[in-house]
Amino acid sequence: MESIKETLTGPIIKNNPIALQILGICSALAVTSSLQVTMVMCIALTSVTAFSNLGVSLIRKHIPGSIRIIVQMVIIASLVILVDQLLKAYAYAISKQLSVFVGLIITNCIVMGRAEAFAMKNPPLASFLDGIGNGLGYSAVLITLAVIRELFGSGKLFGFEILPLVTDGGWYVPNGLLLLPPSAFFLIGLIIWGLRSVRKEQVESPEYRLAKHTAAGEGV
Amino acid sequence: MSGNDSIKKILTVAVLLCVVCAVFVSTAAVMLKPAQEANKSLDRKRNILAAAGLLEADASVEEQFARVTSRVVDLRSGEFADDIDPANYDQRKAAKDPAMSEKLTPEDDLAKIGRRENYAVVYLVEHEGELDKVILPVHGYGLWSTLYGFLALESDGNTVAGLGFYEHGETPGLGGEVDNPNWKRLWPGKKVYRDGDVAIGLVKGAVDHNSANAPWQVDGLSGATLTSKGVTNLVHFWLGEDGYAPFLNKLKSGEA
Repeated sequence: MESIKETLTGPIIKNNPIALQILGICSALAVTSSLQVTMVMCIALTSVTAFSNLGVSLIRKHIPGSIRIIVQMVIIASLVILVDQLLKAYAYAISKQLSVFVGLIITNCIVMGRAEAFAMKNPPLASFLDGIGNGLGYSAVLITLAVIRELFGSGKLFGFEILPLVTDGGWYVPNGLLLLPPSAFFLIGLIIWGLRSVRKEQVESPEYRLAKHTAAGEGV
Repeated sequence: MSGNDSIKKILTVAVLLCVVCAVFVSTAAVMLKPAQEANKSLDRKRNILAAAGLLEADASVEEQFARVTSRVVDLRSGEFADDIDPANYDQRKAAKDPAMSEKLTPEDDLAKIGRRENYAVVYLVEHEGELDKVILPVHGYGLWSTLYGFLALESDGNTVAGLGFYEHGETPGLGGEVDNPNWKRLWPGKKVYRDGDVAIGLVKGAVDHNSANAPWQVDGLSGATLTSKGVTNLVHFWLGEDGYAPFLNKLKSGEA
């Protein structure tokens, strides 16, 4: 029981795919300017990761080592196409906003990384849970970003007005930077900084140190 | 595990996996196709109605669209070309097809679109049997992207009923404000032609309502000079001689 809980919740804070492993950054920048779109992206990514882990794990004993990456890609790509088709059929407006980023789940490092690092060596149930856990870790960071960006960038949450904008006769002057992708970079940086200040074990030891250019007093 | 790496096993796994995945993906695609097509056409109809300022949130889009007739217009002559079925005509594809479009000279190409399609699908909105509004598809280059939208005119062919874009990639918060409902609200009632020339356009800053030019002017988008210019240019192009002007003239005189 303990290990199931660990597989499921570990990736949310302790081993977060975005904050610790620094994977899946590109979609975190691209889709987080509105909370609704972000939620759909999170559900899509979580289900793709979970089911691709399940699929890879089911046939892991028959996957030849020489073509294993291609086998994983085929499974992931099929699932992504399925998700894309489903969105186009049942959530058309959102699929239009997500546009190319649903397709790009195929190249999302989290999905590939979990298939290669976990599902290839573990039984199906554990792999499925690991996929959900990592999806939740990804979602936790994305939702945090989306709440900040949508609330302070356009004064809304889920499209409902929270802070009335000056342009609509209210008092809030929106921060336009938050609607642009680079703002997510700054926010992710701050999240990583915050997380590593609290959990010191996440801080990586520096790979090298710069040598001092001059000895003290030398340049005077 | 060594048995997994024989050539026979590699080929078997690869072929089986491909077949299973292909069946899986194509089944999904075929099963979901009708729902996707319905969504696409609903979305297009919603865009058309929204541009014309006719979209009401509480009624069904299909019902509201019942008042609208789609017809194909030959942009070269300005006459209806009823031998082309508007449902099967893809205007955006035609604009790229050399056989279906004309190359524009740089002087004529105000909207910076390179080629102009020969046929356009226009939407006629009727009210109690009379022509009420004409909705025209327009597109043109802004700052980063081509803006695609619809311009609606009242039946006199000279008064704007609405302008809206359904696809663009302009900067959010600046040029992206072309989607702002408060800005779109400025368009209805503006006049297009003055002494036979297209006079409508965006001005820098706000329009001076006391000025004699005010009926032909719309507030510019602040912080988005190039998007504003792009919108002015595309409206000028599409309402000019290379755009819908011949059609609008014939429509007014009842010859189209």
